[in-house]
Amino acid sequence: MAAPRSTLWEWLDHRLGLTALRKPVDEKHVPVHRHTLWYYFGGMTLFLFMVQVATGILLMLYYRPSAAEAYESVQFIVTQVPFGWLVRSIHSWSANLMIGAAFVHLFSVFFLKAYRPPRDLTWVSGFVLLALALGFGFSGYLLPWNELAFFATRVGTDIAGSVPLMGGFIVRFLRGGDHVTGGTLSRFYGWHVAILPAITTVLLLVHLLLIQRHGMSVPPSVERRGGARRQMPFVPDFLLRDLVGWTLALGVLAALAALFPWELGAKADPFAPAPADIRPEWYFMFMFQTLKFIPGGKFLGIENEALAILGFGLAGLLALLVPFLDRGAIRRGRSPLFTLAGAVALVFMVVMTAVGYHAWWPVWSAVIIILGPWAAGRWLARRGEETP
Amino acid sequence: MDDKKALPRRGFVNGFLGVSLTALAGAVFYPIMRFVSPPRIPEAVRDRVLAGTVSELAQKKWKLFPFGAEPGIILQTPSGDYKAFAATCTHLECTVQFHGESKRLWCPCHNGWYDLGGRVVEGPPPAPLEAYTVEVDGEDLFVRKA
Repeated sequence: MAAPRSTLWEWLDHRLGLTALRKPVDEKHVPVHRHTLWYYFGGMTLFLFMVQVATGILLMLYYRPSAAEAYESVQFIVTQVPFGWLVRSIHSWSANLMIGAAFVHLFSVFFLKAYRPPRDLTWVSGFVLLALALGFGFSGYLLPWNELAFFATRVGTDIAGSVPLMGGFIVRFLRGGDHVTGGTLSRFYGWHVAILPAITTVLLLVHLLLIQRHGMSVPPSVERRGGARRQMPFVPDFLLRDLVGWTLALGVLAALAALFPWELGAKADPFAPAPADIRPEWYFMFMFQTLKFIPGGKFLGIENEALAILGFGLAGLLALLVPFLDRGAIRRGRSPLFTLAGAVALVFMVVMTAVGYHAWWPVWSAVIIILGPWAAGRWLARRGEETP
Repeated sequence: MDDKKALPRRGFVNGFLGVSLTALAGAVFYPIMRFVSPPRIPEAVRDRVLAGTVSELAQKKWKLFPFGAEPGIILQTPSGDYKAFAATCTHLECTVQFHGESKRLWCPCHNGWYDLGGRVVEGPPPAPLEAYTVEVDGEDLFVRKA
């Protein structure tokens, strides 16, 4: 069987120059150490993004983006179209898991100080990709045009209106008018299926090219230990491990979709009272809950709520610029203050999410996600294998 | 390890992986193939609809009307009779219209012509238009599938 394969390879190589393309892939190696497991979350985010693209394209075959038909079209998908319930549920679950994986990826890169130059732009592109993922989540939430999404969008876009000076413009820009209407739905649909995907595709390519250019970062704690660096080839060793993770993720997605199908709820009625359990998606919950705690009134002539929103914006900006601010990590590979700030931010987000849901699951989830790969890495290191 | 033992084990693992991957591919692509095939939506069976009124036809001589999901055409002939047909051309499904000058039914897409009995007189249509029965009920004109 070897001969036909090599003939086919030669035939394609002659036309496409595959050998030149394969060279950087063959040369790519992944460092092996006790923190290697964290590397897999980037690939996991990418895989879930691909699931989003595939299921999103399928949903577009039946979805109708108008206030009169959106809800009915989703209802049609989940009740009439073969496997429509599965495709929609996987799209919704995968969106949530993707953002979860992206957050884990971001925090692991942060705590392992993988943003140090020359990987500063990789961090910036990844951070913007996460912001785009949140944009996908926010715009996609409204598309079924159900009661919960309608009011969550009203509240979410109204919050943006608190931004001093530009608030009014931002609200009108987001809503496509003064109110959340069918026009907002069309606008969100445009963002969700055309504008955001176009920007994301370009930025994702930049992100992946930068990773290919600079390789995986070795954490300062591993660098300090010195000694011979272990590594594994990206193809096939790391890729096969990635594929095992992706297969598991697909199984988890299918199980979640089958056991907990994503609910559609009641159709949006702009003249109905807001439902009692109104809330945003979980990844916006920490901000939503924080704003609930902010008392009314003004400070230095600015609404307290506006100050809180500006605070979130400032925190986001600082996080975006971390590679350029954290001089200690660049010079010494240590920056305990930045690590502490990141830990405080993480704890704040988890606690506020738990308070928002009146539940412990955000805390347990965070503990498992943090301790799982950490403990597994330690265990493998102790066994002397260090081949996660 | 003994080579004689290693080879069957490798073969087994390869076979197992092959079968597993094929099953996985089937589990992914079967729902996708089913999803992209639109479900059949049963239409409400109607064999009689209100197509227009006597005064309408006296004024306009012809009109199109919806018969389920398809268009129909009702017209008043020069002799004063009412006639109705399926308005979908039998050639490539364009919608026909009444041509006042020639007093015939005309499909503009490929220049197909039908007489007032729905029969093809010129052009590419392969079959006559489906004829309906017109029932006059006072001012109302009802059309029934024959």
